[in-house]
Formats: sequence, structure tokens, C-alpha cells
Amino acid sequence: MSLRRHTPLLTLSLTLAIASLALALRLGSTDIPSAEVWAHVIADDGSINDRIIDQLRLPRALTAFAVGGLLALAGALIQVLLRNPLGDPYVLGVSGGASTAVLSAMLLGAPVFWYAPAAGAGALLSTLLVFGLARSGEDWRSERLLLTGIVVAAGWSALISFVLSISPAARLPGMLFWLMGDLADADRPGLPFIVLGAALLYCLLRARDLNIATQGLLQAAALGVNTGRLRLELYFISAVLTAVAVTAAGAVGFVGLVTPHLVRRAGGRDHRVLLPASVLLGGSLLVFADTLARTLVSPMQLPVGVLTALIGVPVFLFLLRRRSVA
Amino acid sequence: MSSLLQVRQLSVAIGGHPVCEGLDLDIDPGQSWALLGRNGAGKTTLIHHLAGLRSGHTGRILLAGQDIAALAPRARARQIGILLQHSNAGFGASVLDTVLSGRHPHLPALAWEGAQDLAIAHSCMDALGLREFAERSLETLSGGELRRVEIARLLAQQTGVTLLDEPMNHLDLGHQAAALRALREACVTPDRCMLMVLHDLNLAYHACDHWLILNADGSWQAGRRDDLAEQRILGAAFGHPIQRIDGAAGPLFLARL
Repeated sequence: MSLRRHTPLLTLSLTLAIASLALALRLGSTDIPSAEVWAHVIADDGSINDRIIDQLRLPRALTAFAVGGLLALAGALIQVLLRNPLGDPYVLGVSGGASTAVLSAMLLGAPVFWYAPAAGAGALLSTLLVFGLARSGEDWRSERLLLTGIVVAAGWSALISFVLSISPAARLPGMLFWLMGDLADADRPGLPFIVLGAALLYCLLRARDLNIATQGLLQAAALGVNTGRLRLELYFISAVLTAVAVTAAGAVGFVGLVTPHLVRRAGGRDHRVLLPASVLLGGSLLVFADTLARTLVSPMQLPVGVLTALIGVPVFLFLLRRRSVA
Repeated sequence: MSSLLQVRQLSVAIGGHPVCEGLDLDIDPGQSWALLGRNGAGKTTLIHHLAGLRSGHTGRILLAGQDIAALAPRARARQIGILLQHSNAGFGASVLDTVLSGRHPHLPALAWEGAQDLAIAHSCMDALGLREFAERSLETLSGGELRRVEIARLLAQQTGVTLLDEPMNHLDLGHQAAALRALREACVTPDRCMLMVLHDLNLAYHACDHWLILNADGSWQAGRRDDLAEQRILGAAFGHPIQRIDGAAGPLFLARL
């Protein structure tokens, strides 16, 4: 159980991360030669190409990377919290709450800069709602949490349909893009990166506790894990991670669900490896998907959530099938 | 030498139903205890309280003289270990990683398991006949194999007090004998003691020198095995006539059919 055993996996994840970012900077409707790209990143020459790299592609790629990392980390934590490998960051109803809030803001014609705070507030509200409803005394079972989350999410989804059906036709495309997850306006990677970095560092301190928690919470308590505190931490850290991701890019699906599975399949069950590898891989996946979303039917842009789902669904079904065969 | 596990005036109830009232117990190093009682008497609940996993009792549980409720979880897990009744394959971790996780309470937060931990894990796996299983996923094991992995993990925890809830679940007779031998060698020593929930009175008689019987109404009896292994006491505790047949190899206990 040494780090050395896992070096290949971590190296591969890091390589993919760098490759995805390089590709995102290189590809786009304006052809900028590879040799020039790096020069534009490190130096400022005031040209149009320089501004395309520095002000469009780089912030968008970095935001995509941070959002992918946030979702993958949240997914890995939720899977431990629910002790269910099918856990996904959205089961706590976070995206439903955020989406309802943003769509309502759009319906009311609020200015664009209100969308992010609305998303954050909606996510927080839903998190507290699910937590309050799922908790009854000391008994805080994962099935109860899962069921509460699913039912609350269904409630949000009804509200979303309601808002969509009474919205004027002109506002619908923007709403649909937001619902599917979209990075077109994502140009502020600062906050997502800070939250991602801080959460990853903290979770690495608790990584062995997380390994033990996969054996069941009572067993974890028997091995000296403070399980009451761990559950609270897992719940609120994953909720904050998801809320920040949803605020930056809308409800991008499948990254949080699939990424930890890919890492586990590649031999990274130990959370000391699973967490950093998931962050790197989740970030790379979203950067690749967003690059495709920008370039596939260029000059039109697809919502990145469409691509993560198109990639995520077959990958997940394949994993599920292999799992049952094995 | 003082007792490793002392219980003073412990009263435990589940849902208003008493498990034990005013329980006093002194478990000394070198002793092996059986916890007996009929289904639903509260054996599992009591053993969880003794392990410090549940609160809500009155009275005190002292681990090497210290109140268990005042111990930090990791410090507690270095002194007392418990085998839970129900097995759990987790996320399909490997056998070696699972047994190694028994070392968790002994390691600082950021440390990786070292050569010494690995050696301990391997010797515990050997003791349970798991040498060939090291890299197998828990999901691929049979019920009995999984049980042995959990016993090995408990041994790797190297605690002064070892509690076991129906350790022989899923084990065939051969593996029962082997697991019992491994447990007695590791956990019943001049500075360690063991208490296990058992249903088989014959196993309880031969493996344990002391018995604690829960009568399902809050009353209890504790003491030397030979003072309690009587038809009258057992019949009352289990609510069913139990026959003791004495033979050359020791007594046999049978439920009348």
C-alpha cells in the first residue's frame, strides 16, 4: 500500500489533464498554431490571437477543469457517504435547487450577474432541506438520505417544468442551455479552483478514514473513525463542491458519477489515490467534452452537458456490464 | 493485575425493553468469556455498548481503568476491537487492504502502512488460512471466507480487549476450530482478554472459561462457566429445556426436541 504502486495511475491522470488543457487551447474556430499557443499563454503581445488564448480559451478551459474536478471529487465523497457506488453529486437535490433558482431569475428577467448568486442560494437551500428532512435524531441512514434526496429532486424537477412551461419562448434556449450544463459564459476559474484545492487537501487528510468508511459506518467506528463528524463533513463538503460547480457551469451530468468508477477500475480504490486521480481525470473529461462542444458543430456551440451525457451513458453502461460479468 | 474491562451498574435498554439492569462485570487478562442468551435478548446491543459504539446507557464502562466514553475514538480502537455480527463486502476492496485496515487506529493520519503493518497483516492472514487470498476482492469471497477476513482484520488491530459477535457465522467446523485456535492464541494472553457472543453452548463451554447470560428480562448471570452450565439455569435463560450429558470428553448440551 505504498504510493509507488499507484504512481502509474497518478502519472496517467496528470498527463491526461495536461493534454486536455493543451488541446483546449489549441482548438477553436480561429486556427492558432501550436508553436504560438504557449507563447501567448506566458507573454502578452496584444494581438487578437493573444486575446483569444488569454481571455477566451484559457479561462474557459481552466473553469471546465475546475468544475470537472469539483464534480468528480463530490461524486467520490457522495459514494462513500451513501455507501452506494451509484451515488452522484446531484442525488442530494443540489442541482435541482440551483436550477429552479436560476430559471426563476431568468423568468423574472433578472440581470445575468444575478444567476450565479441565485444558483448558489438555491443549491444551499436544497442541501439544508434534504439534510433536515433526512435526519431524525441519531438515526441517519444512507437509504433515508438517498430517498429524501431523490424525492426532493423530483419536486425541484416539477418546479423546473412549471417555470419552463410559463416562460416566454425567447427565454427558453438560454434556460435549456443552463439546465444541460454550459460553459459558454464560464470565464472565472478563481473561486472553483480555490474551493477545489482546499477541499482536496482536507479530504486527503481524511483519506484513510474514507477507505475505512467504505466498510460500513459501524465498522469504521469500531476502527476508531469519528463517524458522526465524518458524515457531516462528507455531506457539507460534497454539497459545497457541487454548488460551486453548478454555479459556474450549470448542471453538468455524469462526470461525478462516472469518474470515480473509472479510477476504481484502474486500480485506484485507496482514497489517497482515488481522490487526486478523480480530480485530475474529472477535470480532463470536462475539458475534452467542452472542447468538443465548442468545435463539433462550430461555429455553433453545444451545451457541454449534452456531450458529457453522450460520453457518460455508454461508458457507465459498459462499466456496469463488465461489473456484472466479473 | 487489574481488570481490562470493568462494567459498573450498567443498565441498557432498547425501545423501553431492558437488556440488562445493574450489570457488574470484571473481565481480567487471560480470561475468555461467552455472552449467551436467546434471540432478541440484546446481546448485540450490549456488546456494542461495551465497545463504545453506542451511548444512552446508565452506569460506567471502564477500559483499563478509563471511562470508555471519555476516550477519543482512535485511542479507544487501539484498546478494544469488535467483530460485528453482519459481514460487509464494502466496495470490493482486496483482502490484504481490508486486513491492513485493522492497523488504522495505530497509524497517524497521513502515514501509509509500513513494512511492520504489512508483516502483521500477513501473519494474521496466515493464522486464518488466507495466504492465497491476499489480492482477491471481497466481492468474490464466500460468506465463510469473508468472515475469516474480518477476523484477520480484528487480529491485526491488536487490542487488549477483543469482542466478537457470533464469530462462527458461516464457518464450517474445520474453520471454526482453526479460527478459535487463532483467536485464543492472539486474544487470550497474560495481557489480553476476549468476550464473544455465541449460540452453540458446546462451543461456549469448550472455548470460554467464563459466561455471561442475559435472561431477556433485564436480569443476568455472570461467573465461572462451571457454576452456570447447569440445566436449570440454561433452561430458564433460553426458555426451552436443555439437557446436559456428561461424558469423558466433557459435557454436551442438547436442546430437547
